[in-house]
Amino acid sequence: MVISDVRKNIEALVFVSEAPIKLDRIAEILEMKKNDIKNALQSLEEEYASADRGIILEEIAEGFQFRTRQECAGAIQQLVKTRAFRFSRAALETLAIIAYRQPVTRAEVEYLRGVDSGGVFKTLLEKQLIRILGKKDVPGRPLIYGTSKEFLEFFGMRDLSALPTLKEFSDLSVDLPETAEVGIDVAGLALSEKEKEE
Amino acid sequence: MSYDVKIENFEGPLDLLLHLIKKNEMDIYNIQVSMITDQSLEILDAMKNLNLDVAGEFLLMAATLLHIKSKLLLPQHDDEDLDEDELDPRAELVRRLLEYQKYKDAGNSFDALPRLNRDIFARKFQAPELVVGQEGDEMIAVGIFELVDAFQRLLKETSDPYIHEINIERLTVSDRINAILSQLAGKESVGFMDVFDEHPDRNMVIVTFLAMLELVRLRLVRLMQNSRCGSIWLYPAVSDDDISPFDLGDASLGYL
Repeated sequence: MVISDVRKNIEALVFVSEAPIKLDRIAEILEMKKNDIKNALQSLEEEYASADRGIILEEIAEGFQFRTRQECAGAIQQLVKTRAFRFSRAALETLAIIAYRQPVTRAEVEYLRGVDSGGVFKTLLEKQLIRILGKKDVPGRPLIYGTSKEFLEFFGMRDLSALPTLKEFSDLSVDLPETAEVGIDVAGLALSEKEKEE
Repeated sequence: MSYDVKIENFEGPLDLLLHLIKKNEMDIYNIQVSMITDQSLEILDAMKNLNLDVAGEFLLMAATLLHIKSKLLLPQHDDEDLDEDELDPRAELVRRLLEYQKYKDAGNSFDALPRLNRDIFARKFQAPELVVGQEGDEMIAVGIFELVDAFQRLLKETSDPYIHEINIERLTVSDRINAILSQLAGKESVGFMDVFDEHPDRNMVIVTFLAMLELVRLRLVRLMQNSRCGSIWLYPAVSDDDISPFDLGDASLGYL
């Protein structure tokens, strides 16, 4: 396929895809090498970014998606009239702890916050921003939690490495009550690292 | 009763302590425990006066502060080998405060991030309910939350007026299993709602739902949906020929 055709096809695929479409999937459909697709996506991404348009191509949750520019938010809000839900401070704190410390149990989060977090966990699970990754291999087998794909889509992140860096106040870090190694492969996290290298 | 007490909304005792430290312009590494203790006890009192439920966590923190204060008052033995924590009883608290502050700030920075459907928008696709059942739709396995959700919606719709009644005829899970299997026989899929009668009573809903879970456990049926929050479909997990009426009794399934 000629380069321009590849770019056209990729653009069309991203456009019709319901969720962010993965590079692998595009390569599979177009029967092309991942590297070529990657280059084409990159040039498309740059083209959209530099053009003075309302839409940009972004890498979200390890896939690609067209999204509107932030400065257009006002106009779109008039159109769709959705009421974006507001996070409580408790929810933001909890979400931050889970995002940075995942995989993490509820007890660990509650120790860090110093307060019961059951209700907040429930809300975050309902909003599908966090998910249960499995059970920790310690007495009681507590559930361990991590952020979901929806979390990345929600905040427009490519992957977890796109989290804003934590401001370090000191080198001291809190030792959690039980620091036994988590005996479970954190699906998705370990994988994404490998995929990036490819 | 005077109403001049102003209590800010604290997320927890750590939040309260951070607030007090900031308010008094203290160095976090050099907390004046006695001042902080007095002030947090004052706030606890104010909360009680306002008839607010003082959560146990706040009381625990107050107790911890008093404990630290008492330790600071006691003379230290120089001859023992003490690690840093024991030298300064405040160390553990300081570590927790710093860590908490870190995540509190991170949470605030999350809030400032551009957010989907508030600052950034992606294309909206047709609501999943409207496109259900179309050929070629990619099906995904139903998560436990969606299943519980569907069950609760159903229960809500079928709330009976409560009448005490003694039923002789009892619905059994195995009956419902067989009913679902015969409904599935020869079909590719059956909708979640179609498994239930048109106006099922509560008992029926629960027993049928249990039967469905039982079938999933026995790997005879798979629950699939074509999108998150889309409608749920039952698929036979084995080919049609293998689905024969089930002769398991309720007892063997664990229901009596």
